[in-house]
Amino acid sequence: MFIAAEGVEHHPLVPIWQELVIGSIAFALLCFVLLKFVMPRMEAMYQARVDAIEGGLKRAEAAQAEANQLLEQYRAQLAEVRTEAARIRDDARADAESIRTDILAKAREESDRIIAAGRESLAVERQTTVRELRAEVGGLAVDLASRIVGESLADEARRKGTVERFLTDLESAGAR
Amino acid sequence: MSGQLIAAEGLPWPPRVEDFYPPDLAGPWVTKFTLMIWLAVGLLIIFFMATYRNPKLVPSKGQWMAESLYGLVRDNIVREQMGNAGIRFAPYFTVLFAFIALTNLFGIVPGLQISPNSHIAFPIVLTAITYVMYLYIGVRKHGLGRYLKQNLIIPGVPWPMHFLLIPIEFLQNFINRPVTLAVRLFANMFAGHLILLVFTVGGFVMLASDNVFIQVTSVFSFLMAILMAFFEVLVALLQAYVFVTLSANYVGSSLAAEH
Repeated sequence: MFIAAEGVEHHPLVPIWQELVIGSIAFALLCFVLLKFVMPRMEAMYQARVDAIEGGLKRAEAAQAEANQLLEQYRAQLAEVRTEAARIRDDARADAESIRTDILAKAREESDRIIAAGRESLAVERQTTVRELRAEVGGLAVDLASRIVGESLADEARRKGTVERFLTDLESAGAR
Repeated sequence: MSGQLIAAEGLPWPPRVEDFYPPDLAGPWVTKFTLMIWLAVGLLIIFFMATYRNPKLVPSKGQWMAESLYGLVRDNIVREQMGNAGIRFAPYFTVLFAFIALTNLFGIVPGLQISPNSHIAFPIVLTAITYVMYLYIGVRKHGLGRYLKQNLIIPGVPWPMHFLLIPIEFLQNFINRPVTLAVRLFANMFAGHLILLVFTVGGFVMLASDNVFIQVTSVFSFLMAILMAFFEVLVALLQAYVFVTLSANYVGSSLAAEH
């Protein structure tokens, strides 16, 4: 065998046909095994990994978007609450103002009323005093007159009329 | 010293084509080259099966390595050359890339020290698959007539020019593509092995010299051999990348709508 092989002259560009056969069979076997049992799983794993990474990115983006949305929402709520607070404050201020005005008005009214009542009672008092004084002055005058003349006037009606007339004259003189 | 002399005397100098054809182990079917092919197939199957037996979303180290390989071919080669429609071819091109890269790297693995791809038979097999694939896909997608028209007739050219252009286009699309694809890979591996032979064997031959000055100079030869071995790693991976990129490009051109 060795001698036979040694004797053959080889040209590097001429293939040995047995090697063509062996090469074909061996490479076909390699392709068959790897393409059937390994490579499909590798591509699947590759896709799964791409999905996992892109899915993770997508999830992160979604979370970010949700966070932004929440932030917006909170900001809106905060602004709403602020306007609400301002409104309440304004309302309270307005209420206080109106209450103050009310109380003032009431107090003024009360004082007016008290003053009026005082005046009225003063007037009544005065009236009464005047009336009493008048009666008293009448009596005193009559007493004085009767004492002066020494006699009681017989005619009651006439006496009354005289006194009344006198007092009216006094009043009208006073009013003048 | 005497042992090295004997070793040096046993080494063939200068390197010849016959250095690429070691004696058969048991007939023409069982040779170093066919065994290396089976070894590569076995290693790749074990590697992928072991690392992908129980895949997880958060990968283990092995799974991560297998996936990096797949990701490289899928995103950097197939998608670049074929667009998203070509993703379904990514598994095949990944297998192709892994196979070529590993068999190329055999060229610098101690004990093997030659790439199976330095025998043109193996690049021919791989090229044939690419060739059949892109012809088949092109014809199936566009129909034979339209596919030929797309590949042979350049639109918007005065008609007499076609006498010149059609043979050129035919040569380019149906002959040059597969031939260059196979020969490029083969020649790179062939030349790489030859370079390593020159510097390694050359170093031993210089060491066996009677002249002390030449014996000392052999150090540079060995250093060069080490340097070239690293360079071969680069070439091995680069050629695998180029082969797969061009294959994807050719198949992608069959998928594309127009010339």
